[in-house]
Amino acid sequence: MTTSNDPAIELRALRRDYVVRGRRRTTADAPHETPDDPSRTTATRGPRRDRAALGARIPRGVRGARRAQRIIRAVDDVSLRVDPGEAVGFVGANGAGKSTTIKMMTGILQPTAGHVRVLGRRPVPERRRLSREIGVVFGQRSQLWWDLPLRDSFRILGAMHRLPESARTARLSRLVEGLDLQDFLDRPVRQLSLGQRMRGEVAAALLHSPRLVILDEPTIGLDMISKEGLRRFLREDREERGTTLFLTTHDMSDVERLCERIVVVNSGTVAFDGPLAGFRESLGAPRELIIDLAEPQERLTLPAGVSTLAVEAEGIRHRIAFHGSEMTVPRLLAAVGEQAEIADLSLAEPAIEDLVREIYARGR
Amino acid sequence: MLAFGRIVAASFRQYSTYRVATVAGVFTNSIFGLIRASILLAAISTAGGELRGYDALQAATYVWLGQALLAPIEAFGTREVAERVHEGDIAVDLLRPMGFLRLHYARKLGRSAFLLLARGIPPMLVGALLTGITLPTDPLSWLLGLLAVVLAITVAFLADLIVNLTAFWLVQTRGLTVVYTAVMNLLSGFLIPIAWFPDQLIALTRATPFPAMVQTPIDALSGRLTPLETLPQVGIQVAWAAVLTVGAWLLLRAGTRSLEVQGG
Repeated sequence: MTTSNDPAIELRALRRDYVVRGRRRTTADAPHETPDDPSRTTATRGPRRDRAALGARIPRGVRGARRAQRIIRAVDDVSLRVDPGEAVGFVGANGAGKSTTIKMMTGILQPTAGHVRVLGRRPVPERRRLSREIGVVFGQRSQLWWDLPLRDSFRILGAMHRLPESARTARLSRLVEGLDLQDFLDRPVRQLSLGQRMRGEVAAALLHSPRLVILDEPTIGLDMISKEGLRRFLREDREERGTTLFLTTHDMSDVERLCERIVVVNSGTVAFDGPLAGFRESLGAPRELIIDLAEPQERLTLPAGVSTLAVEAEGIRHRIAFHGSEMTVPRLLAAVGEQAEIADLSLAEPAIEDLVREIYARGR
Repeated sequence: MLAFGRIVAASFRQYSTYRVATVAGVFTNSIFGLIRASILLAAISTAGGELRGYDALQAATYVWLGQALLAPIEAFGTREVAERVHEGDIAVDLLRPMGFLRLHYARKLGRSAFLLLARGIPPMLVGALLTGITLPTDPLSWLLGLLAVVLAITVAFLADLIVNLTAFWLVQTRGLTVVYTAVMNLLSGFLIPIAWFPDQLIALTRATPFPAMVQTPIDALSGRLTPLETLPQVGIQVAWAAVLTVGAWLLLRAGTRSLEVQGG
């Protein structure tokens, strides 16, 4: 067992290489891990071949026809420390190394090099013991019994996790209520909609009240309402139990709604790691204040470092860009208020998508 | 243990939902049983009423017991585990707080129990009506016979699992499955009794786990072996189960070490 001071997740200089053999090139490559960036290929063993040739079958035993082997570094020097109770969003493009990192954290993949500890355990040799303490959702895979009513999966999982029947029913009723599962508990999983099934998957991962919850793209393919329902429950459950949350996603609103900290991976390395609140400022992306004036005014005199992006509706609406590090909203409003009466205002934060894109652009 | 039992029960219920497949399976099993029985009966009648220890009734019993075992031992091979490896769903299995072999064995037992009851017994009834069969009368033979059936299912499961686990290294396991099932169908004594093989082939066959999958339970349940004669055969089944368990476990360990989980 770990004490409360131990990190929930500790990764040091973590690396993972995939050996891609020529013949397997087309089928064996993980579609979500395939880097299209040729610079990611760090080593080539055997004869170099172009992509078309790599897909071609080379008969075994033919003298001289060695199979091409390429090594693709999916994760390269990832270091990360997550303390108990933290909620971390782990974001990056396809092939950035997110899923590979999660698979190493859960003990499914052996790291090529580096150090991993999850809840104080070494994931690969202690995989099964770890699986009793963590809850994992792979958004693209199912851990439910496909042809049986959803309820049956929870019975089996409860037994697998050796939950006493009373504890299981208490926890399940909380999950049923929080994730709104009641209407389809008795329906076979294969008949559930994607949103219903994902709620079932999350309930399955949380049934044994894990201390660490790892979600790999939990909202993929869900509509806005399903996403929101899922996020609301994940927040509630975290508040109630103080769990650590580690989330990968393509949907930045998942990160904004669920996480306090964001880690951006690019080309297998950590490109940004810090609090979500400071994420925008540290990147220096401008915030945007939209002011509607009571009376039209052609232009406003603004403090230094603040600029007008656009004047719309014949002088009623002014779009003003400013940097959070140099100017606060109240000071800006005061400056505008001296020149005109403000009827309405709104503040637009830069989208995290844009910021991640900017990190990627800088990294190149 | 509770988890194991619940998975067995769940797997049984799961297969019981495939009603059309069950009816179709019973139908084809019965038809093929009739075809096989007529061929063997013709051979025996040509041979003068008895062929290497099998008379007409014993041969018919042999066929119908074989037909009953066909579904539960899944004599035509399975592909589920290989597909899970190839599609990366094995990641989910590996994250269960239960051993991979135990998990899949539990599923297999539930599945086989259903297949034996629903797809195995009805063709036997058809056979009993059409050609007649002979079954043992003393309870000890039944007990050992049923034990031999469970062990046959276990040995067949393990051998089939080993074929499936090669998916860690092979992009396509279908070819291997075809070869394996062809060899298995012959050497297990499913197509013709092992006693009808040429002598050298009998010796070779006895050195493989295949007779433990079909011939042993048939011999035990058809009364060809007395309970006392059955015991050593059951012992051989246990030994093969142990050997193959170690083999499957080693293969799984090597496989998970070389694993490159595919897809997100």
